[in-house]
Amino acid sequence: MRDFDAIVVGTGPGGATAAQVLAEAGRSVCMLEKGANHLLALDAPYGPLGHVSNDELKFTRRHFLGPDPLLEPRTFRGDESGGDHEFVGDVNNLPSTVGGGGFHADGKLPRFREEDFCARSTLGPVDGADVVDWPFGYAELEPFYTEAERLVGVAGDHTANPFAAWRSGPYPMPPGPDMFCATLTTAAAERLGYHPYRAPTGVNSVEYDGRPACNNCGFCADFGCPIEAKGDPVGMLRAALRTGRTEIRPGVRVTEIVLDATGRRARGVRYVDAAGEPGEVHAETVVVAAGAFETPRLLARSGVGNPDVVGRYLMYHLQTLVLGLFPFRLHAYKGRSVTHLMDDPIVPDAAALAAAHQAGLPYARGGIVEHGGAGLPILEALHLPPGEAHSRAMLESVMRDRMAAFTMQGEDLPQAGNRIDDDPRVRDAWGRPAGRVTYTPHRHDVVAATHWAPRLEAVMREAGAHTTFWVTSPTLRENLRPGADPTPRSRHIMGTARMGTDPRTSVCDPGQRCWDVENVVVTDSSVFPTSTGYGPTLTIVATALRAARLVVG
Amino acid sequence: MPEFLTAAEHRTLAAACDRLIPPVDGHPGAAALGVADYVDGLLGAFTVDPPRIWAGGPFSGRAGGDPGFRRFLPLTPMEELAWRTRIEGSQGDPAREFNGPVVGWQARYRAGLAALGADFAEQDPDEQDRRLAADPEFRSLCYEHACEGAYAAPEYGGNRAGGGWRAIGFPGDSQPRGYTEAEVSGRA
Ligand SMILES: Cc1cc2nc3c(=O)[nH]c(=O)nc-3n(C[C@H](O)[C@H](O)[C@H](O)COP(=O)(O)OP(=O)(O)OC[C@H]3O[C@@H](n4cnc5c(N)ncnc54)[C@H](O)[C@@H]3O)c2cc1C
Ligand code: SF4
Repeated sequence: MRDFDAIVVGTGPGGATAAQVLAEAGRSVCMLEKGANHLLALDAPYGPLGHVSNDELKFTRRHFLGPDPLLEPRTFRGDESGGDHEFVGDVNNLPSTVGGGGFHADGKLPRFREEDFCARSTLGPVDGADVVDWPFGYAELEPFYTEAERLVGVAGDHTANPFAAWRSGPYPMPPGPDMFCATLTTAAAERLGYHPYRAPTGVNSVEYDGRPACNNCGFCADFGCPIEAKGDPVGMLRAALRTGRTEIRPGVRVTEIVLDATGRRARGVRYVDAAGEPGEVHAETVVVAAGAFETPRLLARSGVGNPDVVGRYLMYHLQTLVLGLFPFRLHAYKGRSVTHLMDDPIVPDAAALAAAHQAGLPYARGGIVEHGGAGLPILEALHLPPGEAHSRAMLESVMRDRMAAFTMQGEDLPQAGNRIDDDPRVRDAWGRPAGRVTYTPHRHDVVAATHWAPRLEAVMREAGAHTTFWVTSPTLRENLRPGADPTPRSRHIMGTARMGTDPRTSVCDPGQRCWDVENVVVTDSSVFPTSTGYGPTLTIVATALRAARLVVG
Repeated sequence: MPEFLTAAEHRTLAAACDRLIPPVDGHPGAAALGVADYVDGLLGAFTVDPPRIWAGGPFSGRAGGDPGFRRFLPLTPMEELAWRTRIEGSQGDPAREFNGPVVGWQARYRAGLAALGADFAEQDPDEQDRRLAADPEFRSLCYEHACEGAYAAPEYGGNRAGGGWRAIGFPGDSQPRGYTEAEVSGRA
């Protein structure tokens, strides 16, 4: 018995993309999403619901987009010596809501470089890491990148980044306006010989796909867009709904993939709905796009995927935050949070190679540097001490309106010991084990961070900052104060169901199908064999397009 | 009239928060910003339906459009469970105790304010600071909520008339007006 041609678990960028491809190819699609729906009406013409707003409290303090860490705690430890866990609460929580994390990301959407798909064969092995090539190369993915940029609606300048991979055409839209703070930091970076460029961003700079141009409201990263100027993934979800063959069911928590008697094919999934009622739905294909945190847990719970590999090779980006305090106000509360990137740390120069060699590493690759400003007032306030110093510092706004920030998304090498599994002691409100992270960055990641941090501080000073400092996330173990949050704040999560060409060392085949249960297809960043130094999301969409096309034939 | 706190508790809380975010030239203190109203609105969130947890959207009306922030959004049953547990505590309800008992904010404020003393508001600042320092956990709870109450959207009960934002040079929510290209890229 089959209710739909395909089930899609998760409505983030990965799931939304797969749903659009399947539905447009004539398949009936049932999307199951454990979060609530604040994104779009589920009846034609699928307009916005009007729940999204410029509201710092709602989005950053009151878990509006979920998951609520009280209902769904997660746990963290650096390694086994941390016992069952060292921390309980919000661990890498991406929104759990219709639209997933795409909904509130600020959508910097660069492509990876050619070399990123073959790091092992071009750069060689690294001790203590399992760096591997991707099962396909950039040339194969290029048309899907082009299509992904069109589906989401990416604004950018294709001539601006000298390190960018070749591409078959320009971006669908020109770039949006530069933030004032970025005009200072990019000019400084250029003076010091770096190559900043206007960030390709999934935000409309002109009216596109029936949605308006961004009006630079400033509540971008961490917020949904009240006027739908961000296309990820509302563009894909709406396209899927418009076929008339897609149904989205919010509040439905998939608990298990149901296999047939042979154990080699999925029949569908089991779930608990918003009212707490259990149910089952059946389909020919099960697409899993629950995000790289939940996908491996769902596979493991269902006995799907190579058990020696599922959940392992968890990667983030080692984030290096370089902060500069300026003698004047920067008003970074206007604009799209980040308007420029630079790739220089991804392509090691002589100094970066020397630092790597000195540390006994063949190379050290950092990541994109995001040129942005500071956060919003509640965040600023919470970082200050109470008392008169609070009120005076808020008046001056040293840590907000006078602060610029670089975030380097440093490449994180894959290690088998870094993983996601179930915590033996902590449960969620549904009585299921909480997800647990065991994670320590590789020495490579730390070397790249410590090499680049002072260089980026120099850029900040050149731009006019009188004071600079830097921190990493996760905080390096040696700098971690007792009681401090040891978790990585990165929301780029990858690698936990890696794809490859050998079923003994990977979970998914090169078509992102599980080797052992072929009609289970994974279309999120779980399949990434390496993290690269770029945001994952455009590549999630491009690989999901490719994988879904292989399903429809 | 406060919703959860008594008038006396409200007075103590306002005085306590005023030590955490005191008035200085150009910046009103927590008391004048209505931080105690914000906390009371949170503790009494479920006295209104939908509860005062998530303001609506998409606009507040301050930068144009309809004042949608005033229409609070309904919660799903599980979201209500979470927020009631946070505010009211688990109170022995097994559905709220899947990871053990939780002491709610209502009980923490009731006990914490009582410990500060009914005469807290009349004390001099040094004595007030001394009493606040005696319970660092309660002081941190008040501080966290004071930071929210001073700078969150006024629809949540604090940041009276946007005075917190005005003091720090933050215009607040900007939709549907947003900012022009010149405002984004220019120096001012
Ligand atoms: C503030 C912020 C800024 C960001 N900026 C960028 C950026 O500039 N560039 C970039 O590339 N990336 C960025 N990201 C990261 C980006 O959001 C993620 O890479 C992306 O959302 C991942 O997409 P996904 O489809 O794999 O998973 P998700 O978006 O995490 O979606 C997974 C969905 O599956 C649902 N789900 C999980 N388990 C179940 C289950 N058992 N049953 C039913 N549903 C389930 C979840 O509720 C969720 O909605 C940012 C993230 C944040 C938080
Ligand atoms: S800055 Fe632009 S894209 Fe971002 S939320 Fe505001 S209007 Fe939307």
